[in-house]
Amino acid sequence: MSTETMPARGFNLSKDDLGADILEIAMGPHHPSTHGVFRMDLKLDGETVVDLKPIFGYLHRNHEKLAEDIPYPGSMPFTDRLDYLCGMTNNWAYALSLEKMLEVEVPERAQYIRIICAELTRLVNHCLLIGFFINDLGALGTPLLYALREREKILDLFETLSGARMMVNYMRFGGVRCDLPDGWLEECKRIVDKFPAFLDEYETLLNENEIVITRSQNVGVLTAEEATNFSITGPMLRASGVNYDLRKVDKYGIYDRFDFKVPLGAHGDCYDRFMIRMLEMRESIKILNQAMKDLPDGDIIGKVPRVFKPAAGTEVYGRIESPKGELGFYLVADGSTNPYRFKVRPPSFINLTALRHMCIGHKVADAVIILGSIDIVLGEVDR
Amino acid sequence: MSFTQEEEIDLSPESTAKAGVILSSLDWIYNWSQSNSVWPLQFGLACCAIEMIGTAGSRHDIARFGAEVFRPSPRQSDLMLVSGTVTKKMAPQVVRIYNQMPEPKYVIAMGACAISGGPFKQGYNVLKGIDRYIPVDVYLPGCPPRPEALLHALMTLQKKIKNQKTLGKNITNPAYKEGRRIYPVPVLSGDDLDPPYNPEVWTPPAKNPNVEDGCE
Repeated sequence: MSTETMPARGFNLSKDDLGADILEIAMGPHHPSTHGVFRMDLKLDGETVVDLKPIFGYLHRNHEKLAEDIPYPGSMPFTDRLDYLCGMTNNWAYALSLEKMLEVEVPERAQYIRIICAELTRLVNHCLLIGFFINDLGALGTPLLYALREREKILDLFETLSGARMMVNYMRFGGVRCDLPDGWLEECKRIVDKFPAFLDEYETLLNENEIVITRSQNVGVLTAEEATNFSITGPMLRASGVNYDLRKVDKYGIYDRFDFKVPLGAHGDCYDRFMIRMLEMRESIKILNQAMKDLPDGDIIGKVPRVFKPAAGTEVYGRIESPKGELGFYLVADGSTNPYRFKVRPPSFINLTALRHMCIGHKVADAVIILGSIDIVLGEVDR
Repeated sequence: MSFTQEEEIDLSPESTAKAGVILSSLDWIYNWSQSNSVWPLQFGLACCAIEMIGTAGSRHDIARFGAEVFRPSPRQSDLMLVSGTVTKKMAPQVVRIYNQMPEPKYVIAMGACAISGGPFKQGYNVLKGIDRYIPVDVYLPGCPPRPEALLHALMTLQKKIKNQKTLGKNITNPAYKEGRRIYPVPVLSGDDLDPPYNPEVWTPPAKNPNVEDGCE
């Protein structure tokens, strides 16, 4: 090959320069960076992705079918295992759907406890996601260890509250399972007060880091129009600049009483998606502080029927803003104690549909971080 | 040069230790070093994988037990942590990865799903225990098990490694007798795996004669 035909940069070699073919590789289901048992079949021209086919189903655990055979309250522990990083929000989404169906009132105190738990879950999810994302960028270990350290503190709170670290099974139809133990609120305040210091440290390390910026800016760009067409929700949609947060739109629970902002991105690239999570954690801390200040006394569970038997033909779709996006449960009742249809609208699955669009034209290494920035959990994608 | 009765070397532990010589059986020193440097495979399946990562994190710090070197490649690892639900689509992959690991290799079935299918046992797509296809050394119950429980499972495995016989006639670990163990990879055909279990490692429990239609 003469020097004239040599491309300017060595790593931009195309298959035509080398007389090579398109290389097909299967990445996953056992791959350290695919965030679970996810598989991407990549077609590569040199190192550039020309086509990508996501293959999932390696963790299909029949959530929807199993739920049809058990009574309504029996599905609550299964929802923990959908998105196993955010048990609390999954519980809430399912409880909310059935409350909507049966028109059950939730007492004030339970609403506040739910919000505290959900926002703590958001903190866990976002700081862990950033840890994994930076891990994908190549900073193996250290940032993730920082995130895990903070996660353990919040999991301790969940454990004292519900008895389990991850699979909390805490929310009930019409309220929550048990009241806050003595001293829980003080401990929670202490942890939440210290959290901004951790965020400051994390942001100093990462926000203006040269490698983070070069690797993630202008990578995996998703415009606002594309994001809406792919029905993306959650932080990924807001990173593209669309102001849509169910906490503001639906005002489910009592989110209308709290003063918080919805951070928006401008470019829709991986860096924006990473920054949105950083900023959302700050907003979550604001909500937590307000909720802990105003927490009223009273009942923790409303008046609920002993047996849940919604009338035949009732349909309901309840949704919340889970840390990953819009998590919805669609229930159809047939008059018995079991649901006739139990459908989950998982945010990570729908967000994953944009993966191919975002990856084409980028390098293989970028495909890894684009996948990391989507924030998928395979338990939820495959259900 | 010849030794007389008076010049014979004193082999008592006290005098050899003074001379910087430690006497031990080869098994003991081999097992001791092996059990304190178990390299697990970085292989997460489901929820339990998050607790596995949590165990590697700063608070629980699996490095205290010499098992912090999570290797992404099966060729470099000793221990497979089957962390989570094994579905019928994933089971062939799990067996294939196990086959790729060099001997000696150990398996911890982490969580209720890996042991028996757990809460998803009734599901049509869930394997009812990974021990149907590969031999399991330690069963670790829990949904998911706490990081402390995983550390305890690791300690149990270390105890097992320390007690194994690798030389002589009474070899307890088959790895030192047969060479690398390779098990047939099941094939997902239709809606079930073929074969449904590997008779080499698992046999279905005997039916209870007192129960007419006992469950599987």
